[in-house]
Formats: sequence, structure tokens, C-alpha cells
Amino acid sequence: MLEINNLHCKVEGKSILKGINLKINKGEIHAIMGPNGSGKSTLANVISGHEDYEITEGSIYFKGKEINEFSPEERAHEGVFMSFQYPVEIPGVTVTNFIKTAINESRKSKGLDEMPSGEMLKKIREKAALLEIDSNFLSRSLNEGFSGGEKKRNEIFQMAMMEPELAVLDETDSGLDIDALKIVANGVMKCSNDDNSVLVITHYQRLLDYIVPDFVHVVMDGKVVKSGDKDLAKKIEEIGYDWLKKDKS
Amino acid sequence: MSFQEKLLDSFIAFEQDVDLLNPIHSQRKNALKRFEETGFPTKNEESWKYTSLKSILQKNYSLYPSSNSNIELKDVKEYFLHDMDSFKIVFIDGVYSPFLSKTTHDGMDICVLSAALSKTKYNSRIKKYFNKIVPKNESLASLNTSYTKEGAYIFIPENTSPEDPIQIMHFSTGNQKSLWLQPRNLIIVNEGSRVEIIERHQSLKDHSVVTNSLTEIYAEKNSFVDFYKIQNDLHTASLIDNTFISQQRDSNVSVHTFSFGGKLTRNNLNFYHQGENINSTLKGITILESNQHVDHNTLVNHAHPNCESHQDYKGIFSDRSVGVFNGKIIVDKIAQKTNAFQQNNNILIDNKSKVNTKPQLEIFADDVKCSHGCTVGQLDREALFYLKSRGIPDKEAKALLTYAFANNVLESVRIPNLKKRINRLIANKLGVNLGFDL
Repeated sequence: MLEINNLHCKVEGKSILKGINLKINKGEIHAIMGPNGSGKSTLANVISGHEDYEITEGSIYFKGKEINEFSPEERAHEGVFMSFQYPVEIPGVTVTNFIKTAINESRKSKGLDEMPSGEMLKKIREKAALLEIDSNFLSRSLNEGFSGGEKKRNEIFQMAMMEPELAVLDETDSGLDIDALKIVANGVMKCSNDDNSVLVITHYQRLLDYIVPDFVHVVMDGKVVKSGDKDLAKKIEEIGYDWLKKDKS
Repeated sequence: MSFQEKLLDSFIAFEQDVDLLNPIHSQRKNALKRFEETGFPTKNEESWKYTSLKSILQKNYSLYPSSNSNIELKDVKEYFLHDMDSFKIVFIDGVYSPFLSKTTHDGMDICVLSAALSKTKYNSRIKKYFNKIVPKNESLASLNTSYTKEGAYIFIPENTSPEDPIQIMHFSTGNQKSLWLQPRNLIIVNEGSRVEIIERHQSLKDHSVVTNSLTEIYAEKNSFVDFYKIQNDLHTASLIDNTFISQQRDSNVSVHTFSFGGKLTRNNLNFYHQGENINSTLKGITILESNQHVDHNTLVNHAHPNCESHQDYKGIFSDRSVGVFNGKIIVDKIAQKTNAFQQNNNILIDNKSKVNTKPQLEIFADDVKCSHGCTVGQLDREALFYLKSRGIPDKEAKALLTYAFANNVLESVRIPNLKKRINRLIANKLGVNLGFDL
């Protein structure tokens, strides 16, 4: 599904990623952990194609295609989705209209007609129920005045609607209380299947109690320094990252 | 002969056409004298520093339309908002079209100024209101006054509210290569009444037309006026809009200006407060491209205590387009407890587009709340990335952000059909079809 080889990347002239290697197969859930400033969110942005992030070396393959030069919208059309840490407010555009536009633009790129409105409505209802979102919420302006929890729930709602093959969840747990966290994680797990993959980026292990990863990677100073299974996340929760630094030296 | 000389010389011919005994004629003559003394404004004047009329004054405009036009309803229908049942005052090349209009004298007067000037029963009202709040030192206003002949006349008596918005439409046919129009509107809304008015200037084909329009609005005690200006003309048309508003106590007047079209547009919008507890709203969305130029020049004069004014202008500029915002707020010494807010935010899409924004606050009272803010920036890159990461292409993503940026101006549009229409105009202007009515 996703293969990242020796990825180096610069932001505003500063090197952030210094040789990331990562391979995610179909149906797998991977987690990336790491201290602040280690390059976790940069990796999410680079995978999604943020134009401020310059790839200086290495490559990103998605479904066998090199996507280094793909625009964010092209990657979305290919099936990459990113849940944002800080979703943007769009006054005057409702959640429903926004998701309709997103879905139909993706369909347009594949030469498909717009989704019939009956089908769209049914799907919206179904996915909203999955995330315990009520219909009033859907007619509000996108993210405008949403609480932190509502914003994250809305991100996962969009993910559920767009049915990506690779979902990158950037700090989806930040700002969530435990109840909201459960709803969001539950939504992700219900969408996860043998044909798609999830990359969870997080500071804390607690999200991984609910979105259980097959693999955990620790990123420090722009590199993957350690990979393991879910027990690695538990160990980090207990004793922090320092031992990995020592390991490295 | 310069165009200015032509305007002065043609006045004699104009006098053949109007009633010289009408009391307003001396006002015409005095106004012409003032225009002769000052001439057209130049960039040397502070309030014209960023807008030059030079380019539009090169032509030898005709002051009269050539002949009767054959405009039919089907040619102009798309520009009307409501069906033919609501009140409309329609002008073709400056000449009133009874055929396309729907006027009334039943319980209120919605008709033309020429009729109000010629009938004796309106004399006292004309005497009371005509040209009373037009500043004498504004030469374009003086020029309009000197050639006063035709325009909309609206008189709403006490406690009366027409159901639908009244539409004032000015069409130009392009039968002449270049035409100079000077409509004069007089609107009086009496105590306790409420009215919505939509005004539009529209050329039906490419030709050089300049409209120097003047509108006086008198909002009496406890009246409510919503005025919407749709400026989406062809790129060969220019507009100088002079709107002067007098508000009595407890009145509420809002003016929304949507500037998407035209070559050069100048909006002079002045509010004068004549009592307490007044509310004034001035809002605008400007979306320009190519070489378009729009200048919003506003004045709110707080002359009584306990009044409010709210200004919010948004501008989005592409290509080599230029925007100007010059917002002046004067708070007289007596006008304590004034709340005056002003906001002007702009987005430059291209690095060749330009905005000049200048708030001017002159506050002489000491117990007031005044705030102003202006910004010039670009579309937020993170927001753009967010939309694109959802599969929305660059152009559509920019359009959505632009729309979101201007959205709070639209929130106060109280006519749902008009809001829809404006949304569609914005989508057209941004060249997108988002598959839903914004």
C-alpha cells in the first residue's frame, strides 16, 4: 500500500526528515510515536502532499506508484486521506455541502458522474450514525465554532465518507476526553478492513488502546529509530524515549 | 473641446428640455456653477488620491440616448430578482421605460422623479427634501444636480411597508458608442415604515458608458431601510455612485454593495445622523480581476448621542485589479456613547493586484467605543491544503476559501432570493461550479 524509502525532507530550508523508511501493507494499522519536534507531523504532511514540504531525497510509493510529485488533491483521488490536527473553519459552507463537494470532485477525477443525491443522503446518515453525529451538526458551517471533540469527530466522519485506502490520523487524540476518544477510535476501527490501511500518529499510548496497531514505530530526529509491536507503545508510555536516545548513541 | 467643456456648453440645450420655472432649476444652475469652478476631481484631492478619472474622461460621451430602444422583457429578464409582480422602476439609456416598469401611486409613490417634479401636489415634498443633504463641495454630486431630470422617486408614507423589494434598474443598450448617464433618485421613507430596495446598473452589450448617479435617502423616525447595490456590469462600463443618507432618530439603514463588475467604480456613501438611537450598516464584497478598479469612499457622521455604525468591507483581488477603501468616521463632541466599528479585509490573489486602505477616525467625544481594522493578505496556505487534501482541486478550493472569507457580509442580506443570486454571481466570478448553491 505505502512504501517510503530513505525519505529526506526540508521545511523552510530546515531538514526535518532524515531518511525515513516505512512499509505499510494492505489491512495493516501502523502507529508512529515520538517526542515533540521529532518529525511525526511532517511525515503526515509529506504523505498528503503539503506544498511547503520539499522532498530532497528518497521516494513515496502508493499502490506501486511514485507519488512524490502528486498534488494533495491527486493523492486524495488516489485514496490518501489525512485527519488534521487543526481542521480549518469554512464559514458559510455546511458539513454536508463540503463532503458532497469532496466526494463528487474525487468521482469527477475518475470520470464518474456525481453520486445520486439519494445515495449520498443515505451514506451521510449511515456514517453520521457511526460517529454519533446528529443531523443539526451536518447543517452547521464546517468546523466553525466546533469544540475540539466535534472537529475530530467531523474529521473521522469525512474519512468514513471518503473511504480512503490509506488514512493518516495526525494527533487525532489531542484535545479529546475519554468518551470522545472512544467514539472517534471506534469509528476508525469500524472503517478499517483488509483492503485499507491506517497510519496513526500520536504522542500518547492511550489512543492505541482503542485503535490497536499491528506495528509501532518510534521516530526521533527525523528517523525511525525503533519498530515493534503494540508492546513498544506500552514501554514508551512507562519509561519515555530516553532509553532510545541512549540506544542510538 | 474637453468633455468638461462639453458638459458646461450642453446645459443650454438641456434647459430646452426641462421646466425652467420649477424651483429646483435655480439649484441646477448653482450646482453647474460649482462644477464649473472645481471641475472633475483629480488625484491631488485627498479622497481621490488612489482613483483617477483621467482614463474615463478621454472620450466624448453623448449626453442623450440616440433613439428609442427596442428592449423587450426577454432581453433583461435575467437581471430582475422577483417576478414581474413586484415594483420596478426601469430606465433604458437613462429614459424611463413604462413598459418594463411597475409603479404605483396607491398608498405610496413608487414612480419617476420627472413626474414628481412636474406635478404640483409633490411641490412641498420636493422642496423639503430635494438636494438637502448633498454636500456642496463634491463636484460630481454638483454635476449630477445640475443635470437633474430623471431617476427613481420613492415615497413611503407612515407605517407602510411594501411586501417585495423595489428594484431600480438602469440598462444601457450600447446603441451609442459612448454614453454619459446621470440618474437622480430621491427616496423618502416615513415614520415607522420599512422598505427594501435593490439597485443595478447593467449594460446589455459592450460600449463605453459612464454613470454618475446620485441617490438621496431620507429615513424618518423609526424607519427601516435595506439598500442593496449590485455592481456586476460589463468591463466597458464605469460607475460613480453618490449615495447620501439622512437618518432620523431610531431609524435603521443598511447598504450592501456587491462590486464584481465594471471597469471603474467609485462608491461615495455618506451617512448623516439627525437624532439619537440610530443604527447604520455599511457592508460590501468586492471581487475583481483583470484591470478592474473599485473605490469605496465612506463617511459616517455621528452627530448625536447613542448611535451605532457598523462597517464591514471584504475585497478579493486578482490579476492587475485595484481596490481602494477610504472609510471616514466623524464623532462630534455631542455624540457621546457612540459605537462605531469599521473593518476592511482584503485578499490579494496575484502579486500584481493592489489595495489601498485607509481608515480615518475623527473623534471629538470622550465616551465612545470606536474600532477599526484593516488587513491585506493572501489565502491561508494551511486552509488551502486542508481543502485540497480532501480532493478538492486548486480552483474550487480557492473559491471555497474566498467565499468563506466574504461570508459574514452575506449573513446580513435579508432577502433569501437575493442571497442566492449573489452566491451564484460569486461562484460565476470565481469560475467554479461547486454542485450546490453556496
